[in-house]
Formats: sequence, C-alpha cells, structure tokens
Amino acid sequence: MVAAATSRLESLCSRTAVPATSLLLLAGATGLLVGSLRSSIFAQLTVQGLALGSVYGSLALALVLVYRATHVVNFAQGELAMATTYVAWQLIQWGLSYWEAFAVTLAIAFVLGTVLQVVLIRPVQHRSVIAAVIVTVGLFILIDGVVDWVWGSALKFMPSPFGTKTYDVGGVSISRLYPGMFLVVLASVLLVWALFRFTKLGLAMRAAALRPAESALVGVRVDWMLAIGWGLAAVLGAVAGLMAEPSQFVLQPTLMQPILVYAFAAAVLGGLESPAGAVIGGLAIGVSLTLVVQYVHPITSDLQTPVAFAVLVGVLLLKPSGLFGQREVRRV
Amino acid sequence: MRHRLPELGSLLAVAVLLSVLPFTLSDYNISLVAQVGIFFVAVLGLNILTGYTGQISIGHGAFMAIGGYTTAVMSRDHDTNLVVTMLMAFAICFVVGLLVGLPALRLSGVYLALATFALAVSVPQLPLKWSKFLGGSGGVQSHRTVTHLWLYGAAWIASAILFALAWLILRGRIGRAFRAARDSEIAAVASGIELPIYKTLAFGISAAYAGVAGALFVMGTNGFAQPSEFGVFLSLQLLVGAAVAGLGSLWGILAGAAFVGLLPTVSGSVPVIGSAHGRNVVFGAAVILVMLLLPEGFAGLLTRLRRLARA
Repeated sequence: MVAAATSRLESLCSRTAVPATSLLLLAGATGLLVGSLRSSIFAQLTVQGLALGSVYGSLALALVLVYRATHVVNFAQGELAMATTYVAWQLIQWGLSYWEAFAVTLAIAFVLGTVLQVVLIRPVQHRSVIAAVIVTVGLFILIDGVVDWVWGSALKFMPSPFGTKTYDVGGVSISRLYPGMFLVVLASVLLVWALFRFTKLGLAMRAAALRPAESALVGVRVDWMLAIGWGLAAVLGAVAGLMAEPSQFVLQPTLMQPILVYAFAAAVLGGLESPAGAVIGGLAIGVSLTLVVQYVHPITSDLQTPVAFAVLVGVLLLKPSGLFGQREVRRV
Repeated sequence: MRHRLPELGSLLAVAVLLSVLPFTLSDYNISLVAQVGIFFVAVLGLNILTGYTGQISIGHGAFMAIGGYTTAVMSRDHDTNLVVTMLMAFAICFVVGLLVGLPALRLSGVYLALATFALAVSVPQLPLKWSKFLGGSGGVQSHRTVTHLWLYGAAWIASAILFALAWLILRGRIGRAFRAARDSEIAAVASGIELPIYKTLAFGISAAYAGVAGALFVMGTNGFAQPSEFGVFLSLQLLVGAAVAGLGSLWGILAGAAFVGLLPTVSGSVPVIGSAHGRNVVFGAAVILVMLLLPEGFAGLLTRLRRLARA
C-alpha cells in the first residue's frame, strides 16, 4: 500500500520531480516496505505515520493552494481548520450523523474561506508580503478567541467515524482509524487535484494564480478565482481538522497548532509552490517522525520538533526552494 | 540640525514623560509600562533586521528565550549581578544571531520566515530535553528578583541606550548598506557592498537586542524563565509589534511596543465577551484592523500627518 501510494503521488508530480528526488522517495518507500515485512511494530508505526502524514499533507496542500493563489502564507489555516471541526462537533450535537456533519462542514468551510479572502486578504494582497502575513496572524488570534468564546476551552469528544475495530493483516493488527484517515484525506486531495486538472474552473484558477494580468485579459474573473482558491484551501483544512480529531481523541482549541507547524515544514520541504511536493512532504514527515521517535533513542518526543526542523533547514540549505520547488530566475 | 528639531523634541518629550510617570502611577501600572519598555527593545531589534535589511524573522522569541535563560541560569548558579547578565545576554545572543544569520544567507522571503519560525518552535523545546541544566517545563528560578520600579528603570534605560545605538548604526555607513541590501540586492552588490557581512551583522545585532529584552522579560516574571513563556505566540507578537510600528523607521516603535505590550493585558478586562477569551478576540481584531487601516504602521501615519502639516 505504501509503495502504491507513493508511486501514485509520484506520477502526480512527474512533471516537476527531479530524478534524484524520485530515487530518494523510491528508496524510502522500499525501506518502509522491507521494514514492515520484517517487523510488525514497524508496520503498525508506518501505517500510523502515513495516516498522520496525510493530515499534515492536506493542511500543507491548503497552505500551498493559498500561497500559489495569493502569495500569502496563511498562519490562520490551522485555526480555521480547528474552528470548522468545532462546527462539525456542533452539528453532530444537533443530531446529524457523522458523515452528514462532515459534508455540511466542508460547505461551511468553503464559504468561510472565500469570505475571509474577499473581506480581509483582498485589501492587503497587493501591498506587502508582511502586511498580509500579519493579517493572517491577527486572524489566528481572533479565531482562537472566538472559538474559546463560543464553545469554551473544555475538552469535547466526537464519535469516531471509523469505529474501533482493528484489521488483521498477516499477523499485524491495525486500527481501522489509520487506513480510514489516510483514504479520506487522499480522496479529498485527489478530488481537488482533479478539479484543478480537468475542469474549466480549475484551469481558470491556475491561470489566475500564475498570470493574473493575462488571465484578466482573456476574461477570467481573477479576484473570484483567488477567493475560490482560498475556499478550496479551507475545505482541505477542514478535512485535515476532522481527520486530526480522532487521532488525538479529543477536540480542544489547540487541536491544529502542532499540526500547522508540521504542515509548514511539509509545505516548505516540498517547495511551497508544488502541490504534490506538499503532500509527499507531509507523508515523509509523518512517517519519519513516528519512526525516529520509536527507534532512535537519544531523540525523545521532546526533541521531535527540533529534529524535524533541523532536517528541514538542512534541506533548505541544500535546495533553498524546497525539494520540488523551482528556483526563480530573475533578469537583472 | 534644524530639520531634526521635531524628532529631538518628541524624543525629549517621551523621555520626560517616562521619568515622571513612575511618580504618578500605581505599582501595577508601573509594571505594565515596564512591559512596554521590554517590548520596545525587542521590537526595535526586530525592526533593524526586518525593517532595514528586509529579512523577515518569525523567530525572535527564540532569541528572547536564550537571553532570558542566560539571566536565569547565571543568577541561579553564580548569583551574577542582573545588569551584568543583561550584557551577557546581549553578547551571547549576538553570537547566536550571527550563527543563525549565516545559513539564513541562502534563504529569502517566505522561506526565511518559515525557517525562523522553526527556530521559534524548536528553542522552547530544548529545556524539556536538558532539564537538569535548564529546569525542564518547571523553568529556572533566578537567585534574585527585582521590584517593578527597578524593572521599569532598567527597561527604559536599556531602551534609551539601545535606541541611541540603533540610530547611530542606522544613520551611517552600515545603515546605508542595510537599506541597500533590502531595496535591491543586485544594486547593492554592484556598488561594492559585501552582502553576506552586512546581512549576518544585522541578524547578530537584532538577536542581541532580543536577548536583552528576554533578560528583562525574565526579571519581569519574578525571575522565572519558563519554556511556555517563550512560545510561538511571543515571536508572532514581536512581528506584529514591528509591523504595527512601521517597518524601516524608528519613529513608530513606541506605538508598536505599546500595542503588543499593553493590548493583550488590558483587553482581558473587556466587558460583554468576558475575560480570558476576550483578550484574543480584541487583540486579534485590533491587529487586523490596524493592518487594514495603516498598512505602513504608525510610522507611516506619522509621515502622512507630517506631509499634511506641511501642505
């Protein structure tokens, strides 16, 4: 499954991938497969890591969509996801089933993302990078406060969407939760990719992001395309939030903060401009963190974040625009 | 000299105001204004880096942590004079800043911002790992604590000295090199400016300022250096402060420091919304509003007012 997933993602990004990077990924996937066949704990950790990694990856993809559309790094992306997860919790309390609440939440997230772009980001988008970043930081703090205000900081519990059963694969018992998380996230990522790749709307959105002036000339409504881009990013974030909740077992306002940090790392690792890079970066970070903490003893869970970032900075030093990013060439 | 008169005048006014304030304020309010002084130092430092050389850092909370732990550990182990620990925090953070500045040379824009964000996230984790020396999550308690008035004096004297230092650095050769690097790297190199030296130097100076602010910050929390006090939120607060102050200008920093130093504390007592979460609702909304209304920060507002006055 690991190798299949990786190769599917790889074909997704074959146009931008560098041969050396693909070789590295192939080697990693092979290593995971061999390890999983030899040790059942390793296999369990790999599945768990992939599931967590898919959550990081989908939030990272949301960041990349926003960055490509508006060149804004959205610090509020994680808090937005957290807020929509609270919305889902509320809907379930009101009597909807889990998957009904899931669908309604995604719709709400889409509207929320679009509205935020129109109201808050559009005015600062053309000013300076830092003004837009500060607005999203303000939004981060604001959403945190509003969620705390409406729902309080007490822990909330949601029913698990996948039940508590476990699968038995060749002597390895795997909780249904992790494959479920992985598949839901993967499905939504593929849907978004298909939207961008095969529909006229997707084409217009890509055009608006890459060449705003030229697209406006051929009749693309650039402003709306960018707003829809934010809406889609919020939907992906909502999926990430909803799938992160069962893995932490509780819902609380800090739900997405550690995940946002890893999503940033994943997005940068993949190169901020590359959607496939973000997803692969997320999976790589999820798997490697889970395995490193288990097997490399000097690295306890306290050091998990510093080590992840040391690796990230190391990668950036070798390739300043990420593994799948393209260097900007400027004319003097 | 004449065209400097308004600036000198306003500096003098602020200095007089600050030296009179402690005689009129309550002890609690003195600690609040001292808090503003601490943020003044840190925001000033960040502005030297982000405002003058254009390198965005979301990691200055980490330098504050290093400065703060320097003070706490030196005071705990050697009972070093607290003023001396501030100098040590300055020196240590200067060196660490240079070391961070070296790899930062390869990064720019958003990538640098996210790499420094990594610093902000990672550094507060280190005391948890080396808990014998750095006290773990419980923190390090300094040997001595200070009164609010002492802190007030120390914070604002440090602010005055560091402000003068920043002004001297930025008005001369080094400042011109910084601004040239920000405005166009290619033009700067073509004019013979050694970019790596100046960009690294800016990182060192800016980190040293943050270190002093961190040392003061720890004195302000009853001599306690705790990982949770130096989280990501602190780094974001500093960046917000620098943006609200206005990047690339020294004249809005007081407003920026007051904004991030006072608002989160004061807005805790907002009616209607209640205390704990009211803080975040009000602070977040204020940050967004200020950025929408004053994209150039308070310094930009001052320039606009001055232009109006002249016209």
